[in-house]
Amino acid sequence: MKTTLLSTVAAFAVTGVALADEVRVYNWSDYIDEDLLTKFEEETGLDLIYDVFDSNEVLETKMLAGSSGYDIVVPSGTFLQRQISAGAFQKLDASKLPNAENLWDVVEARTAQYDPDNAYSINYMWGTTGIGVNVGKVQEVLGEDAPMGSLDLVFKPENMEKLQACGVHFLDAPTEMIPAALQYIGEDPDSHDPDVLAKAEPILMGVRPYVQKFHNSEYINALANGDICVAFGWSGDILQARDRAAEAENGVEVAYNAPNEGALMWFDQMAIPADAPNPEGAHVFLNFILDAQNMAQASNYVYYANGNAASQEFLVEDVIGDPAIYPDEATLENLYTTTPYPARVQRTVTRMWTKIKSGT
Amino acid sequence: MRRAVLIAVPYAWLLALFLIPFAVVFKISLSDIALAIPPYTPTAKDGIWNMLSQLDFENFIFLTEDDLYWKAYVSSLQIALISTVLTLLVGYPMAYAMARAPEQWRPTLLMLVILPFWTSFLIRVYAWVGILSGEGFLNQFLMWIGIVDAPLTILNTNTAVYIGIVYTYLPFMILPIYSALDRLDGSLIEAAEDLGCSRIKAFWLVTIPLSRNGIIAGCFLVFIPALGEFVIPSLLGGSGTLMIGKVLFEEFFSNRDWPVASAVAVILLLILIIPIVLFQRNEQKQVEAEG
Repeated sequence: MKTTLLSTVAAFAVTGVALADEVRVYNWSDYIDEDLLTKFEEETGLDLIYDVFDSNEVLETKMLAGSSGYDIVVPSGTFLQRQISAGAFQKLDASKLPNAENLWDVVEARTAQYDPDNAYSINYMWGTTGIGVNVGKVQEVLGEDAPMGSLDLVFKPENMEKLQACGVHFLDAPTEMIPAALQYIGEDPDSHDPDVLAKAEPILMGVRPYVQKFHNSEYINALANGDICVAFGWSGDILQARDRAAEAENGVEVAYNAPNEGALMWFDQMAIPADAPNPEGAHVFLNFILDAQNMAQASNYVYYANGNAASQEFLVEDVIGDPAIYPDEATLENLYTTTPYPARVQRTVTRMWTKIKSGT
Repeated sequence: MRRAVLIAVPYAWLLALFLIPFAVVFKISLSDIALAIPPYTPTAKDGIWNMLSQLDFENFIFLTEDDLYWKAYVSSLQIALISTVLTLLVGYPMAYAMARAPEQWRPTLLMLVILPFWTSFLIRVYAWVGILSGEGFLNQFLMWIGIVDAPLTILNTNTAVYIGIVYTYLPFMILPIYSALDRLDGSLIEAAEDLGCSRIKAFWLVTIPLSRNGIIAGCFLVFIPALGEFVIPSLLGGSGTLMIGKVLFEEFFSNRDWPVASAVAVILLLILIIPIVLFQRNEQKQVEAEG
């Protein structure tokens, strides 16, 4: 309790001294090419303070506590929607974002369901939630015809029991794992009905004994090092693991598949907190990110698709040509989106998740 | 007057760093969750009287209805208790050896115990991830010397949590025991031996009782933070490691339910404070009885 108080005081102190020529960004971990950060400082003369988080829930707690001291934060769509209604963000000033013309209408149409008219946010990246595998190890355990592109791999207890030995990580994100389980049994993944949601529980409980860890970022290194053989995670993170393994030349071959039963499509949106110390600088940062070449550089580095149409000509073939990143029409049909749960349902969902994670 | 000022200092400290934060947390534990900034209602903005009239014990009742919390408290108590005993078993011999070491070595030995504090706690716990993981140093070493054929799964289990806690809190156990043993009058042991005690018996009858205060202080210093430990179980523990610190984090960050999180924290505090107060009372009575 004392530490909480102290850190709160520290946070206030930090907010108090935030300088006008300083921009504080709070983004997901492993989510940008760090060269862009130096480039931003050189181009604009502003000091950039860049912190990272790895869960929407942690970000939301900071947003709802207020006085986070950040000028830019990056919640995913459903969380953005909740936080907008809590009054956590300020509207963007379009006159300060000339590069907004680069935005891709296809993505904007989808993000508008979370942020009507995209008044509060711009899309940074989007992707799918799916299955990352260490191809060699999974084939060794389950045979040549292992269902690596199907939810059967992670939701069928027989498969998971065998995979346990080489290690499986799941995301610690109830709002993504529960919809996936519902999709697997043919229910509506975006259901808010507690009775339907309850059907996800036996699926996840059936495989939880074989899950080594529920975590949102450790699996990148664990997969790349060969410490685990399966991760239910985010597309770009798994592709980064693939890259790290290839660079390390450690014999680990990582592959990502959006499950053929259907995969969650999510959008990470950059927004400016209502109490941002430097909203002016925040707009400068957003406009910098909206630049086609900068955005392409970020995507080329993190292997996520972005919401910037103009950036596409600068994307390397590895990114724009990979259907795991930029899905073709057929795959796009197979993707679903979700909407935020009302408070009561949220409680049921998180309680179910605690039960799944801890076994009680 | 000067006395009043002197007494006021610790009380002001207690008030500012314990009672006021506690009152804030207690108030939140009586509130309701809301989608707002801050995420609970009512707040002082609604007017003090209005706010007080809306508070209730709903969240505490909620805690009794779900066995998760009960299980987490029990499991934390168990983990904290076992780690405290383990730390004592490792720490006592070290403190004893330090107190027995030649005078000129002692400052160096003391330094060595304190040295790990120069590195951040988080980094030291993270280092254990590298040591204990499947491809980590420990497994590679064990496989190299041929004790095991396949890597042991230690990381992400309760064993790793015990290792982490014992390692992290060891200095807190060693230092008070060392200071008790350091002050111990060696002639008492000689006297016991002269009067026919074997060395082992003298250790049990003289050394241990005289270092009792150090042992108690060390055990409290390990047990109390271990009970609410969050960093170690979340970095080293697995999905099955149930500890109240993790539950508290979940309530606060995943459920974003500050009122329930606060209720969990209030109960945790009561679990810690009541036995300590009872223990201190008991001690005081003993001192008075002896005096």
